[in-house]
Parts: sequence; structure tokens; C-alpha cells
Amino acid sequence: MTKLTHLTMADALAGLAAKEFTAVELTQAHLDAMAATKELNAYIIETPDVALKQAADADARYAKGEQRALDGLPLGIKDLFCTEGVQTTAASHILDGFVPPYESTVTTQLFRDGAVMLGKLNLDEFAMGSANITSHYGPVISPWSPKDEAGNFTRKLVPGGSSGGSAAAVAARLALGATGTDTGGSIRQPASFVGIVGIKPTYGRCSRWGIVAFASSLDQAGPMTRTVKDAALMLRSMAGYDPKDSTSIDVPVPDYAAALTGDIRGLRVGIPKEYRVDGMPAEIEKLWQQGIEWLKAAGATPVEISLPHTKYALPAYYIVAPAEASSNLARYDGVRFGLRVEGKDLKEMYENTRAEGFGAEVKRRIMIGTYVLSAGYYDAYYLKAQKVRARIAEDFTKAYELCDVILTPTAPSAAFGIGEKMDDPIAMYLNDVFTVPANLAGLPGLSVPAGLSGEGLPLGLQVLGRPFDEATVLKVGHVIEQAAGPQPLPPLVS
Amino acid sequence: MSLDKATVAKIAHLARIKVPDSDLEQLAGELNTIMHWVEMLGEVDTQNVEPMTSVVAANLRRRPDAVTDGGYPEKVVANATDATENFFSVPKVVE
Repeated sequence: MTKLTHLTMADALAGLAAKEFTAVELTQAHLDAMAATKELNAYIIETPDVALKQAADADARYAKGEQRALDGLPLGIKDLFCTEGVQTTAASHILDGFVPPYESTVTTQLFRDGAVMLGKLNLDEFAMGSANITSHYGPVISPWSPKDEAGNFTRKLVPGGSSGGSAAAVAARLALGATGTDTGGSIRQPASFVGIVGIKPTYGRCSRWGIVAFASSLDQAGPMTRTVKDAALMLRSMAGYDPKDSTSIDVPVPDYAAALTGDIRGLRVGIPKEYRVDGMPAEIEKLWQQGIEWLKAAGATPVEISLPHTKYALPAYYIVAPAEASSNLARYDGVRFGLRVEGKDLKEMYENTRAEGFGAEVKRRIMIGTYVLSAGYYDAYYLKAQKVRARIAEDFTKAYELCDVILTPTAPSAAFGIGEKMDDPIAMYLNDVFTVPANLAGLPGLSVPAGLSGEGLPLGLQVLGRPFDEATVLKVGHVIEQAAGPQPLPPLVS
Repeated sequence: MSLDKATVAKIAHLARIKVPDSDLEQLAGELNTIMHWVEMLGEVDTQNVEPMTSVVAANLRRRPDAVTDGGYPEKVVANATDATENFFSVPKVVE
């Protein structure tokens, strides 16, 4: 029998329903696996008591035949989601000791449907990063990192970021699935780096209520799983209208799993010519061509499209996101929660608290945001970036007159080592060159594993869709997944 | 245009982050790298383009102006370093 930790969510549900194993056994198998892989630093805290209680409740429902959509499935929760009674850190020193007195809407809905919380997953501080190296709790190590015969890492690879703990945990079989959030690629890029599936839904699809805010007009929650079908199952529970989030959209949530028919005949797949960026490795270009061939073989029609403002997406993002962050992070001042560092007066207490509580990357972004919003620079930077954002969104609207989905690589490279790309912030920002435009335009985007690099590391392809058309995005991702066939396991678990 | 040390010190003050004088030079360098990179936005023609503040419809929903939550001050102050009788305490502001 397959190890319990290696099951897909769909197979685990079937096994639980058939009484092949219990939710407590399934949960305990994950807690044991977590105990054996602490070196990855995927979890900030583990919550075995919560998990085993939830699992026992799930078993009681199975015994009565009253099981729910995700009943008894052990998941990891990115530590950006507030969880009632369980510490929530956003991987920042400044939230030291913060225990939310409320539960985020997304986790509320997952628990409503029977999901089990194994613990809170590591991330870049306040979700600001693309390598999970800015966490106050230390970097996450990818389970794809090579080891020598003695079992020591010979090179520590990043899992991507900011949802790096989520990505590492799902790839290393330390959770059947995990929640992520994506402001500029933070679900899709780490999914690509560790060889799993991740979808950022349309802005407004999942409630942001109770998620620690980074950039409010860009942030979206989504699932990270090992199969497209699992992403479909998990997204259905996470999504839905929430009156507590003023940007939540009141539209029905479809049965996404039912959309995975494999039938994409006649679908027009846009191939944006501007995504052939300078210096992109030949293996990524090759994978992209392979993806086009797979979709063609399944009956879809590739269409060349143009997204002329693509190269301006990253710089526009690095004005809009820091501006919103500088405003959102103003609340961390040592008064109401988290860290307080005393000073000679109130103002110095604020300055000392924020100097000690925030890490270097977060400070850099708050300062950029403060600058572009300050008197005299607002029009030149912030307003200009918002206008460029409008043109980027318009590019997609025009493109969708010619195609139904868009296919691109997820990231311009495979995973790199911890400590690389550290000197130059812009080199790090370029990780998100293919993912950021979908955030600026609010569109759904999925990363699906499609093959390996020359070094044997996972590479993903990205499928973008029309607003609220996650169903088609998942359907196309499923076709790619089937065509690519079974992918190798990370060395840590194989 | 470049940010000098004085401008960086002013931004740090506006952001309420204490930055030691010895760090200003390096921080100015980092911020300048980013600000020079975003200058490329100047190439985009944005004449007659409305700034995009949100991807969702501009009209926010309305709800009845009624109290729907609250009544638990002890929960509200539960995470404060220094709370007295359901109030947040801060260093003295007025002399």
C-alpha cells in the first residue's frame, strides 16, 4: 500500500470513506514525517493537539456517514493566516507572541469542511520575498536539495517564496496540501521550484479577511497541492463570497473538479511573444514549446498574442506593492500587539520597535513605499505606476479577444541555492517576471509541474485565464499534468 | 534623480524606523538601485489613462449602519504588551 503521506487528497478521501485507515492514523503519519524532517524548517510551529482533535472529530463523522468535503485531510497553513488561539507570526519578529482572537475566513471554511491543521508554515517575512530567505525563523530548505552519502546537504536549494514552507511541506509529504498567498507570484513560483501545483485565483475569489495584509489590491489566497484535482477540491472550500472583505466578489463557486474533463478541443491558447525574455535558459524555452505541443495534441489551437507592456509589470509592481505595504504595515508600532521596544518617548518607542522588529527586506520596501507616497513624488511614481497598471490590464483584455487561456513558463529559472542572488535586490525581483502581471490585472494563474531542468530540478508551466474562469485554467493544467506524466519525487522522500 | 543621505533619513523618519547614521549610505545605495530601475516606467505613454486603484468594480457595497460586532474589550487588548483596565498604555505624550 502507498504510504499514507504519499496519497493525493482525492485518494485519501476515498481511503477514509472506505475505512482503509482513519483520519487519526493519516494525521499521525504526517506528524511523524514532520518530526523526521525538521532540517527543512518548513513549519514555524506544529499543532499536533489541534490536529489530532480535528482528526478524531473527522473520524466520528465518517463513522456516522456524515463526512464533509475535505474531512480528515491534514493540511499545513501558511503562517500569514490568522488562526484563533494559535500564534501567527507572518515570519516577522515584530509579531512576537501574537495569538489571534479570531480565525481567518479561508481557514474557517477549510475547517468547516473537515480539514485538519498540522501547523503553521514558514514564509518570507510578511510574504515579501521569492526564496523564503527573509523569514525571522530562518530559511526553508527545499526537499530537492542534494545530499552526500552521510546525509548532509551538499547544496541547500531555496523552495521559492514567499510560500516556501507551504511548497516544501507539500513536496516533502509533510502535508497533503497547504494554503498559500500570492501577491506577485508567491504561490506559483514556489510551486514551480518544488514540482507541485499552485493556483492563484482571481482577485476577489477568496476572502482576504484574517490574512495578514501585504499589498491589499494584489493579495490572493490559494491552494498548493500535488495534483490539479487536489487544487480543484481545496479551492472550492477556500473560495466564496465574504461580507467581511469589501473586495470579495459575490459569484457562485463552481465544482472545479467536475471541470477536469480533459476536453480542450477548440480552445485557443495564447502564447505571448513578450515572454521570451533575454537570457532565459534554453531549457525553459524548450519546456514551453513542449507545453504548446501537448495542448495542440489535445485539440487546442495555439495563437500568438502580444502583451506589449509586460516588461513594465515588475517596476510598476515594485511601486504599487511597497506603497500599499508601507500603509498596511503602519499598524505595527508596539502598542496593540507584538513586539515593543521602549524609547524615551512615544515616537522613539515606535522607531525602536520598528527598527528591531522588521527585517532588512521589509524595511527596504516600507521605505520605498513611504518615498513614492510622500509629498512631491506621489504623481511621478505612485500615480504613474497605477496608470501603467491600467495599461497592463488592458493588454490582457485585448488578448482575451483572441484566446481563452494563456500559456507561459512560471519562472525564468529552476530553484537556486540559498545565498545566491542575495547581493542585488533586482536580480531577486526578476524571479517574478512571469507571475506579477496576473496580480496587477487580478487574473487567475496556475503553475503545474511540466518537467525537469538539466540539473534535475522541477520546472513549471503557467496557465492564465479570464477573470473568474479558474475552471478552464484548472482544466488546461490537468491536460498538461496528464501529458507530462508522473514526475519524480524529491530526493528527500524518494 | 538620486536619493541622498538626508532624504533617506527623512524617509526613515516618516516611516518611523530608526536607522543609524552609519547605515544611511548603504541604504541610500540600495534604494537608488531600485528607484533607478523603476524609472523605465517613464517610457510608457499614459496620456489619458485613468490610474487603476483596484481590479474590482469601483463602487463598494453598502450595508446598514448598525453595530454588528464588539462587546469584548478584553479580547481586543489581549495581545497588548501593556494594557490597563482594557486600555492600551503608551509612554506619556503630553508633558
